Amino acid sequence: MPVVLLVLSLCLLAGTASAQERAEGVRGTLSNEVDDEDVPVEGAVITVADASGEEVGEVTSDEDGSFALDLPGPGAYTATIDVESLPEGVALRDEARATLSFTLNPGQNRPLNFFFGEDTRQRATTTDRALQLGVEGIKLGLIIAITSVGLSLIFGTTGLTNFAHGELVTFGALVCWYLNFEAGIPLLWAAPLAIVLGGAASGLLDRGLWRPLRARGTGLIAMLVVSIGLSLLLRYLFLYQFGGRTRPFAEYGRQRQVDFLGLGLVGITPKDMVSIGISVVVLVTVALLITRTRMGKAMRAVADNPDLAASSGIDVQRVISVVWIVGGALAALGGVLVGLGEEVSWQMGFQLLLLMFAGITLGGLGTAFGALVGGFVIGLFINLSTLVVPTELKNVGALLVLVLVLLVRPQGILGRAERVG
Amino acid sequence: MDWGAIVQNALRAAFGLEAAYFALAAIGLNVHFGYTGLLNFGQAGFLAVGAYGMGIAVTYFGWSLWVGIGVSILAAVVFALLLGLPTLRLRADYLAIVTIASAEIVRLVFRSARFQPVTGGSAGLQNFAGEFYRINPYDTGVYRLEAVYAGGVGPFDVVRVLLALALLWIVVDRLLPGRLPGSRRPRVAPSAADADESVASREVIGLREIVLLAVAAVILVVGLSPVAFNERRMWILTVGWGLVALTSLLVFLLMRSPWGRVLKSIREDEDAARSLGKNVVSYKMQSLVFGGVIGALGGLVFVIGNQSIQPDNFGTPITFFAYAALILGGTARVFGPVVGSMIFWALLSFAENALQQGREAGYISNDFLTSTQIGQLRFMLVGVGLMLLMVFRPQGIFGNRREIDLSVRR
Repeated sequence: MPVVLLVLSLCLLAGTASAQERAEGVRGTLSNEVDDEDVPVEGAVITVADASGEEVGEVTSDEDGSFALDLPGPGAYTATIDVESLPEGVALRDEARATLSFTLNPGQNRPLNFFFGEDTRQRATTTDRALQLGVEGIKLGLIIAITSVGLSLIFGTTGLTNFAHGELVTFGALVCWYLNFEAGIPLLWAAPLAIVLGGAASGLLDRGLWRPLRARGTGLIAMLVVSIGLSLLLRYLFLYQFGGRTRPFAEYGRQRQVDFLGLGLVGITPKDMVSIGISVVVLVTVALLITRTRMGKAMRAVADNPDLAASSGIDVQRVISVVWIVGGALAALGGVLVGLGEEVSWQMGFQLLLLMFAGITLGGLGTAFGALVGGFVIGLFINLSTLVVPTELKNVGALLVLVLVLLVRPQGILGRAERVG
Repeated sequence: MDWGAIVQNALRAAFGLEAAYFALAAIGLNVHFGYTGLLNFGQAGFLAVGAYGMGIAVTYFGWSLWVGIGVSILAAVVFALLLGLPTLRLRADYLAIVTIASAEIVRLVFRSARFQPVTGGSAGLQNFAGEFYRINPYDTGVYRLEAVYAGGVGPFDVVRVLLALALLWIVVDRLLPGRLPGSRRPRVAPSAADADESVASREVIGLREIVLLAVAAVILVVGLSPVAFNERRMWILTVGWGLVALTSLLVFLLMRSPWGRVLKSIREDEDAARSLGKNVVSYKMQSLVFGGVIGALGGLVFVIGNQSIQPDNFGTPITFFAYAALILGGTARVFGPVVGSMIFWALLSFAENALQQGREAGYISNDFLTSTQIGQLRFMLVGVGLMLLMVFRPQGIFGNRREIDLSVRR
């Protein structure tokens, strides 16, 4: 069934186009969205009456759906669209809104919208919405999983609860944006470059800040507070440099949803599909690296017991350096993916940080696979929860889950009970 | 550049509303972090719960402001219980994560459109402080702190001189230990390593002495004369600083009591305290409630002073600012959070005003720094300050390094 959405806009003629005439009036374009295409509505009759109810003008939309009508002057008017004159298959969404009242001031521009056809938001069944939100949730969950691997491994290997990890996410997205938008490098090249730079920056941070702190025996709580200071510094440095607006990448801005796998169940944009694909490949690779390679085994050994790992010949400092570099690169990748799906902003990483914490606590603090599982579950949960809670409160649900997990199973899904104090 | 105005503004900030409510927030944090070792990163949540408890009681239920303050305190107690229940049995960093998350939950719920009829949504609440200002004892006018008396030598001059002498006394006592009559000897014989450290710190003039001398000099030479407030601000400041003094006294007495000693023993070694038969979780909970209620009082002072509750005034940076003030002044010291908050706001005001004037005078190019960016610079300064303090001087100005050497991983 075609979705019919008809928007009627009434604008003042006395804008910049005909400012010298100073004539008040209305104009607009009637368009009818059928199967994602705007079809102009021709021949719709709109009559305008003044405050006393006397008709002062009538206009019929042309083949572009456009109409324009001069009105006698400022004052109160009502505009009525003649339902009988609408083409076949076009109907008002709400019959009571066929007549709109508006006031024309000298020079005032007051657009009015009429909506027609069935409300698409009400049309979708709960199952449809759940499927749609499920896909969104999988995308977000994978991104949270990617970004929190580093956070969890850093905690596991050094004991540091790194509150500045969200800024590594933002860093990746911002660097990618600058390379892409300012330097004009295509996103397919800018993104890998940003990921490499993110890893390098993260490695430098470890070498320049955290390793010296570990060397002088700074306490873990002191380091936690240092990471909060660093987070504050970096976040506002980003704001200082980037500004408060959110901005998209130069390419792949707005895309129409296509039918996922041709099943007619879920719509998905191509870039989201690519994002999910990349995430899955990266996560599987990370999982293989952690379980199969020498370095991966060393990481898990250090996370399990640093002293035992060191005494069995593992170069703990080197492992920690690798963890920081890999974690930073993954965070940067997550940032690029978030920037692709939404837009780039100065505090995107910090907003993600609490979800990452929820994810790794759910999965088990300090374990790599816990971060993967927990992050994924949290992302899915956040989006599905919007079926029942308002969208603006969706993160509240995730944080409540965090609290409940601590109450019931503080070691998380994959953690072991003895890790927790 | 008008350095006089810059110093004047900095002094004003040291006694202003921000310093007063941050002092309360930091005193609460001091009870949590300084004395009990609890990593509460959700103090902004306690401020918000305090502010909204009263605001909703007055604007939505139409109750009296004084009943509303009771609601605030009750709300803070409940919030502390909710926070403590899942986390106090766990390692310290779990509390950090849960508290920061809970503070965000509180803010998101208060600013949500769903509860807009009750909380006012993102616009917040207004028109609740009338009752407070109706009993304002100050007449209409501008109050200079110096001009409370008219001409000649007044009581404030006496206070000023006494304060300066007291500060000088402390400095001399520190520099020349045991030379002054009645000076305190260390009660506990320090271990060899501690003795070395304390001898070393007595031979040079430390940061503590420099700060005290600077404060003494400012009080003696400049006085408090440039600081002026109108009658409404005077009233809320009187109440605010009065609460600071009262809670400080309460903290001082409680931390000398057996109860306070148990808190400190939990901070030093939780297992030891437990093995002596103390119910550690219960004591931690009491500390969380106590510090949280002090934080809620801070939130009340803030919103009554501003006569407006805005949800976004209770974001996570507020907690970090309070930590910066606390650590600057000195953790686990009764006056640490108070002095820290005053110095913190004086420094921020000084930096902002100096940059603003430097920009206007043309020393700093507009390309490099716009006036909105000065506000952002404040956060960066706090961030850098927090890092440097934590790395190089975790005890702040007045703290004791041995007392704040905490570790989560046992």
